[in-house]
Parts: sequence; C-alpha cells; structure tokens
Amino acid sequence: MPKLNMVEAINLALKQEMSKDKSIIVLGEDVGIDGGVFRVTEGLLKKFSKSRVIDTPLSESGIVGVSIGLAINGLKPVAEIQFEGFMLPAFDQIVTHAARLRNRSRGRFTVPLVIRSPYGGGIKALEHHSEAPETYYVHSPGLKVVIPSTPYDAKGLLISAIRDPDPVIFFEPKKIYRAIKQEVPEKEYSIEIGKANIVQEGTDVTLITYGSLVRTSLRAVENLKESVEIIDLRTLSPLDVDLIINSVSKTGKVVIVHEAPKTLGLSAEISALINEKALLSLQAPIERVTGFDITIPLPKTEHYYFPDEKRIQMAIKKVMEF
Amino acid sequence: MPLKIIDSFDVYHLSILDENGNIDKKLMPKISEKEIFSLYEFMLLTRIFDDKALKLQRQGRLGTYASMLGQEATIIGSSYALEKKDWMFPSFRESGAYLLRGLSPEKLFMYWGGDERGMFIPKDQNNFPVCIPVATQTLHAVGAAMASNIKNEKTAFLTYFGDGATSEGDFHEAMNFAGVFNAPVVFICQNNQFAISVPRENQTKSKTIAQKAIAYGFQGIQVDGNDVFAVYKATKDALHKARAKKGPTLIECFTYRIGDHTTADDSSKYRAKKELEYWQKKDPILRLRKYMQKNNLWSKNYEDKITKKFTDLIENSVKKYESVKPQDKEEIFKYAYSSMPKKLKEQSDYLKEVGE
Repeated sequence: MPKLNMVEAINLALKQEMSKDKSIIVLGEDVGIDGGVFRVTEGLLKKFSKSRVIDTPLSESGIVGVSIGLAINGLKPVAEIQFEGFMLPAFDQIVTHAARLRNRSRGRFTVPLVIRSPYGGGIKALEHHSEAPETYYVHSPGLKVVIPSTPYDAKGLLISAIRDPDPVIFFEPKKIYRAIKQEVPEKEYSIEIGKANIVQEGTDVTLITYGSLVRTSLRAVENLKESVEIIDLRTLSPLDVDLIINSVSKTGKVVIVHEAPKTLGLSAEISALINEKALLSLQAPIERVTGFDITIPLPKTEHYYFPDEKRIQMAIKKVMEF
Repeated sequence: MPLKIIDSFDVYHLSILDENGNIDKKLMPKISEKEIFSLYEFMLLTRIFDDKALKLQRQGRLGTYASMLGQEATIIGSSYALEKKDWMFPSFRESGAYLLRGLSPEKLFMYWGGDERGMFIPKDQNNFPVCIPVATQTLHAVGAAMASNIKNEKTAFLTYFGDGATSEGDFHEAMNFAGVFNAPVVFICQNNQFAISVPRENQTKSKTIAQKAIAYGFQGIQVDGNDVFAVYKATKDALHKARAKKGPTLIECFTYRIGDHTTADDSSKYRAKKELEYWQKKDPILRLRKYMQKNNLWSKNYEDKITKKFTDLIENSVKKYESVKPQDKEEIFKYAYSSMPKKLKEQSDYLKEVGE
C-alpha cells in the first residue's frame, strides 16, 4: 500500500472520483497549470480537460457563486478557495445561497458543492493565511463542515463530501499537509460524514479535538500516567454527539482542544451538549484549551497563540485534580 | 427610430521614455534634474531592498516576501507624484513606495519577518498598512477620499492593486463609489501580467484594464509601467485633477513581474523563460540610466557612490531588524480593543502562567 501525505491523498481522491463521475469539476485560483498553491490539484489539468479543471479569475465570491449555478445545473463542483482567510468574500454566497437553496426551493434546487480550503495556522505565513474560522460555517444552517486529521481520513472524507447531496466545507489543516505519511489504499473507500473517531481509547479523561491538534494531543498524552481517550471529531457539522456522550459517560472528565478562538468556538457548543445530555456524569468542570480571542499573531509570536502539549497537559492535570 | 451611437470612447496609452533611453519631448513632464536623480535613486533603493529581502528569506531570516523586481518604475513613478499630505493605500507589492514615503527599511523587514510592529507607521506618514486580501483596500481609499470631500480638504488619495484585483467585486464597488461621489482618488493598477499563475488574458476579457473606468464614468489610461516618466506624469496629472475635485482616475501601469508571485511561488512552472527574457530587456532602471547617460547625468562614480550608500543603509537596517527586542507575550492581546476586556486580561494572565 502506498504511503501518502495529506496533499497526495486528497489529490488521489479527486483523481479517482473525477475519473468515475464525469459531472465532477474542479475550479479555483491557480488550480490548473500551477496545480494549486499547495499542489493539491497537481496533474488534474493534464489528466482531465480544461473544461473540468478551471483556473478562474481572482474572485472568491465569483467562484462560489458560479459553483452554485454549476451545481443546480447538474454538475458537481469542487471549488478551491486558496486560503481559509480569503473565503470571506464568498461567505455571502455560501451562507445566503449555497446553504439555503434546498430550503428556499422546498427541495427543488440543491447544491451538491464541496468547497475545499487550506485551514489553520502553524506555517508561519502572512496575515489571513492562518485562520481558524470553522465556527462561522458550523453556525450556519444547511452546511456540513469537515476537517480531517490524517491522509487516510482526508481521502475517505473527501470522497464522502463529493458524493454528499448538500454543500460541504472541507477544511484541510495546512500545517500537516505534508507532515504525516500514512498508508492510504488505492482502492475506493469512504468515511461517513458525521462520524467521529476514537484515535486512542482511555478511561480517565475524554479529550476532544480535530485537525492538526489531534497529533499534538496524541503527543501531549504520550507519557502521562492518566488514561486519556482522544476523540477526533473529523466532522464538525453535524457533530457525532452520541460518541462524545458515550465517552464522557465513561470518563466523567473532559478537555476540549481547538486552535480557533475560545469564545463560541466548537468547545462552547460541545460543553453545552454535554451539559444537556451528560451533566450527571461530569466529575469536573470541562476544560478548554483553545486559541485566544484575538487576531492570530504574525509568525514571530504565532506560537504564543497555539494550544501546545504543555497547555494540554495542564488542562488534563486540572480536571484530574479537581 | 434609427439605431444610433449615443456615446463612444477612446483608450489612451502613454509612453515617454523608450528602451534606448530616448524621450518624447512633447509628452515629457516638467521635471528637474534633481527630481530625475531622486527617481533613479528611489528605484535603485527599491531594488537593493528587494534583493536583500529575497536573500534574507532564502536564509530563513525573513518570512514570505512579495518581490517588486521589474516594477520599480510603476511603484516609484507613482508614489513620487504624491504630496506628503496625500494618502496611500497599498496592497502588498509596494515596499518601495513605503520607503519613498519615509518608512524605515527595518520596519519593513520587521513586517515581512512576521512582527506586527513593522506596520506601526509613524503618524506623520499618511500610509495605510499592507493589505493582503486582494482589492479590499480600494474601498478604504475611496471612503477616505469621500471624507476629504465632506471635510472640504484638498487631499488626494492613491490606491495600489494588481491585475488580479480587477476581478474582485470590491474593486468594482470602489470604482463605482468613486465615480458616483466624485472621490479624489487615483487607482493605480500594477498590471504585472500575472495573478500568481493566472495570466492577465484569463483574468478579464477586456483589451485593457484602463477601459474599465469608462463604465464607471471617469477617465482611465494605460501607461508603460516600465517608463518612470510616463507613470510619474499620469499620476501627477491624476492627483492634480483629484485635488481640483475633477474626479477619480484609473491608471493601468503595464509592467511585468520578473520575480515569483512571492517567495512561496515557483513561476517556472507556468511561464516561459523566453517571455521573462523579453521583459528583462525592458528593465525600468536600465532605461532611465540610459536616458541619464545620454544627458550627462550619470557616471560610474555616481552609480558606485549611491549603490554603496543604499547597500550600507539596508545592511544597517538588517542589523537593527535582527537586534530588535522580541515582543512580550502581552503584546498579542494589546491591540484587540481600545481597552482590554476582562476575558482578554484573563487569557493574557493564563499565557504568562503557562511559562516557556
């Protein structure tokens, strides 16, 4: 089985799905001859035609707006927005139309659209290249939101996203684009949207996270005496509430880790769900290890912002000692 | 009811200085020898800064950087036409214009090195910070220009953007507002032929970018962007017109991005070497030097002297940049609001508690 990084795994998923389904097209800025600024769409233009791999003008709102039109007229667009920070000009089209057309037309018009975008910080980039904006999209009814944490998951989840009848925001943690190599089967497989993954079983604490911080969390608990159960959410909308509640019922202690700002981050929603469904299982207040409520700093001080192993360990200690 | 033409338009291209250093005397703006030296020296300083920034980036001493190589005439010719009280709203490929307007090179190195303090622009310099999202700053320039109308001031506003930016909605909204409100603004399009890998002809079906102004009811002109006299003249005239409340102008500077989009890009993947070589011959600095040689304004001695002066200046600023005291942890929380809300104070205290 070939060992692939996340860029290669996503590339493989696109190639395989596009070969199988002629209605799939890829469009975005620099996705053609350049193969995408992170090379995720490398080779697609050569393998498919210019009418299926489209270098668009520099217009995010345009890319998503026309993708909606492409989708309602029978195609399956996989749009790339070059960086998550540049998705905001398209936010109007995403939230006002892509997410609502099914409801507005009582099911007559649907938008089977995937919007892929490199996501998150940790690569020492310029402003607007390191954001964690998932809450905006999770908060918007009608959208599904996926963030893989491994090459294997990225391939399986992207295939599901492409086949999904509704718009899916597919955020790719750019920090680990090339950091992890993993065996990724050539053969077709998919990972269901809406299902979280227990990446490490444990009995003392439930640690809930996603994206590049799954790896950080695994490292943080490596030498701890506590038995930590790590849940990789994989899909942020819809959340796999049952899996979370099962784990919390078992451990009674919860740490939630994400790089997005704390206020109204995913951890806020998850805490509320645990309160609603498993309050009596809780043995300690839920701890949140998150980004701060500020603009993510430029590279020189970016590391201050990020949840790291030490901050995760401090939170685990705190729930254990409560 | 015959079919008739109700309006028609012309699109002008301005070129004054050719590749051999000859000028069109009829079109040449009024410009002193001293000013010609200044233009040449700022272009050279821009190139020396640029070269150093690229080297620092390759050595891991600077972050991702957007080179200006080949576009010095566009950047300097236009910013040189500004008066001190005028305002500049750049994108991210105008480091040379910041230098011309008084920002120290070490501040620019700090910014490109990932230190926010580099974009604290001294209060006597009317420059907006670098704007990374494409075309968004054009609206800010128009708004600021509208304010000067409302306040009855005679200040002009200049905004920079690239050919790619003309595909963004914000650009068109800025042009429309500028026209409707007669904003004293000058739009400078650095048409360097590429938005990363996408060539200009795939960006817009229009023959020129200049002609886009016609639809918004004001003047657009294309100039040879590697001809510093043409850029200077067009900008100077447009700024004058803006201050006289005679409307906005779009200036398309037709130039070429000799370098990669940024240091994170590899342009050999998507453009032919031949094209690059063709444009290298049109080098804007070389062109002005030829003119100066022909007019006895240039000598080897002069070139060596200013090169040394600027190289020393840049080397010194690198030293300053690299010895600047790092920001404290609290700095990252300080500028979110005018006064720090309790939750940020708590988050800042927590970060201190975490330790190193």
